[in-house]
Amino acid sequence: MREQSGFAGPPSVGRAVVYAVVILLAAGYLVPMVVVVLNSLRTAEEIAQTSMIGWPKVWAFQNYTAAWSDFCIAQTCSGIRPYMLNSALVTLPATVFSTLLGAVAGYAISLWRFRGDSWIFALVTLGVFLPEQMRLIPWTIVLRDVGLTNTLSGLVMIHTIQGLSFTTLFCRNYYVAIPQDLMKAARIDGAGFFRIFHRIVMPLSPPILIVTVIWQFTHIWNEFLYGVTFTTGTQQPVTAALIALSASVADVPQYGVQSAAVVVAAVPTLLVYLFGGRYFVRGLTAGAVK
Amino acid sequence: MSALVIRDLRKRFGTTDVLKGIDLDIDSGDFTVLVGPSGCGKSTLLNIIAGLETATSGEIEIGGRVVTAVPPKDRDIAMVFQTYALYPSMTVRQNITFGMECRNVPKAQQAEALERVAKLLQIEPLLARKPAQLSGGQRQRVAMGRALVRDPKLFLFDEPLSNLDAKLRVEMRMEIKQLHARIGASIVYVTHDQIEAMTMATRIAVMNQGEVQQFADPDTVYNRPANLFVARFMGAPPMNTIPATLEGEGDRPVVVIGAGEHVVRLPAPPSIGREWLGKSVIVGIRPECIAEPTRLFGSSTAAGLTITAPVEMTEPTGAETIVVLRLGGQKVLGRVAPDIRLANGALATFAVDTRKLCLFDPQTERLIA
Ligand SMILES: Nc1ncnc2c1ncn2[C@@H]1O[C@H](COP(=O)(O)OP(=O)(O)OP(=O)(O)O)[C@@H](O)[C@H]1O
Ligand SMILES: [Mg+2]
Repeated sequence: MREQSGFAGPPSVGRAVVYAVVILLAAGYLVPMVVVVLNSLRTAEEIAQTSMIGWPKVWAFQNYTAAWSDFCIAQTCSGIRPYMLNSALVTLPATVFSTLLGAVAGYAISLWRFRGDSWIFALVTLGVFLPEQMRLIPWTIVLRDVGLTNTLSGLVMIHTIQGLSFTTLFCRNYYVAIPQDLMKAARIDGAGFFRIFHRIVMPLSPPILIVTVIWQFTHIWNEFLYGVTFTTGTQQPVTAALIALSASVADVPQYGVQSAAVVVAAVPTLLVYLFGGRYFVRGLTAGAVK
Repeated sequence: MSALVIRDLRKRFGTTDVLKGIDLDIDSGDFTVLVGPSGCGKSTLLNIIAGLETATSGEIEIGGRVVTAVPPKDRDIAMVFQTYALYPSMTVRQNITFGMECRNVPKAQQAEALERVAKLLQIEPLLARKPAQLSGGQRQRVAMGRALVRDPKLFLFDEPLSNLDAKLRVEMRMEIKQLHARIGASIVYVTHDQIEAMTMATRIAVMNQGEVQQFADPDTVYNRPANLFVARFMGAPPMNTIPATLEGEGDRPVVVIGAGEHVVRLPAPPSIGREWLGKSVIVGIRPECIAEPTRLFGSSTAAGLTITAPVEMTEPTGAETIVVLRLGGQKVLGRVAPDIRLANGALATFAVDTRKLCLFDPQTERLIA
């Protein structure tokens, strides 16, 4: 190990410097989160009397129950629970649909060569680079025309279609590594488009499906612009509701409860990161066929 | 009956003609080897026969039925790939039965076919394994099993042995040949290895640049190559091809190689047309037709024609020694017995088997006698 460290001076000194720098950066990066987590455990009075940064004098766990089920957001006093449910109802189906459709699209583009396939791929992946705000007005029109304005289904549709750009890109790049001979053998064996997908391609896919699921879940859960733009009131996902929550605070700033709400809203993606992060990195570098 | 008929088949990729009018008629039960240098269009032809690729024009008949518009699965063929193309996530058993599963063959019948093939190829102990847990040779067997289980009208093999090491390749070569003898299937086998072609085929189609140069049995291809390309492609080392002139000496035409003190005169094949007298030809002579002077060729008991030529180099291979000599000033390869030691630069005497001389037209490069 020591030989590999590559520092000229005594290894201990070089390493200490590196550790110091890394820890400093990590700490800087973590400060906002620590502040939010600490504040979520302090009472509003305590925060008002001292400062935004401080160690809880008494552990105010009641902030979490308040944030979860009692707190008032825009005249509705139900906490963030219904909005969390909204987010789940948008994120889960949109993640599943966009991943499955992306897998089929990536499979078709990479393994079934057809006229214009590279053009279709280029068009689909163009979506990765289009800024969100550019798509707001088109989506408004679409939502109105299909009658899904201010509905969770509307958000599911938007996220499914938008997500296709990424999921198709990921899956296509993964599937191109599957040898064409495999496809030829399967076609001679008598398997068609979906049987090959289901019996040969899908079993090779877990690494990339984990990547797309994690990616889609995190993005859709944290997505905010479409949430505030296309939904109001009880139809909002939690990211949009959190803003309403901070805006609705007229009397005493309820920093403690707000912080607790923010922490709760971040829990799903944090869990995904904790349990899936490893597979994400592994899947990005994995090949389809060893 | 014909197992496979190909008529004027052409394939163009963009602006390049990859196949330029292929005509082949393959009899039922034949082991046909398509051989040719890399990039000559062998795989393309095989893929078109399988229906995996569409021809630009031309017609294909399998078992008497025109299949030009028939999808691969309905052509009644099985194919073995160079990369084996085993489905990585399936066990050996599933790999072999997948085709039957796609065709909704009843489970009992699947099991029966699987058992027959597993026994034939001796892969019973491997059935529960995944392809990643197999050696190269075992994978090759499984790939064969996947083809054999189908009992199709036509087997297509695309260089199935080229990923094996030399020893295993020789073993599998014999095994496939025996297998063919036992089941009597019609096989089209692609290789760029001319030894594989010679040892396995009942018929060889030599291809070059998208054209069939010669389609004949191995003996004919080897001894009577249709043109200079075939002469130089088949055989290791290949046939010597030397510029010469044809002269008439009495009634017997003679091939004259070189001039002056190096001149060598060999009796020409009697079938050569008189119109070639006095003209330039290219003479083809196999290295094994130039041997040590004590060698008796064929069934003759008397020593035949001998020549004296300077030795340039020798290459002992163990089983024989390859000699590079100068024949009428031209560099030529001969094959002598392994215990013979020849000094470089010295003159040596060689026996020449003139029965198998081939003559080619230097312009068209075609065999003329
Ligand atoms: N899809 C394609 N597009 C363009 N050219 C192609 C395509 N497939 C093959 N070719 C060209 O066609 C020619 C014949 O290819 P093919 O694979 O049939 O050769 P081969 O005889 O099988 O060679 P090898 O012994 O190397 O396998 C090659 O020159 C190749 O570059
Ligand atoms: Mg090939």
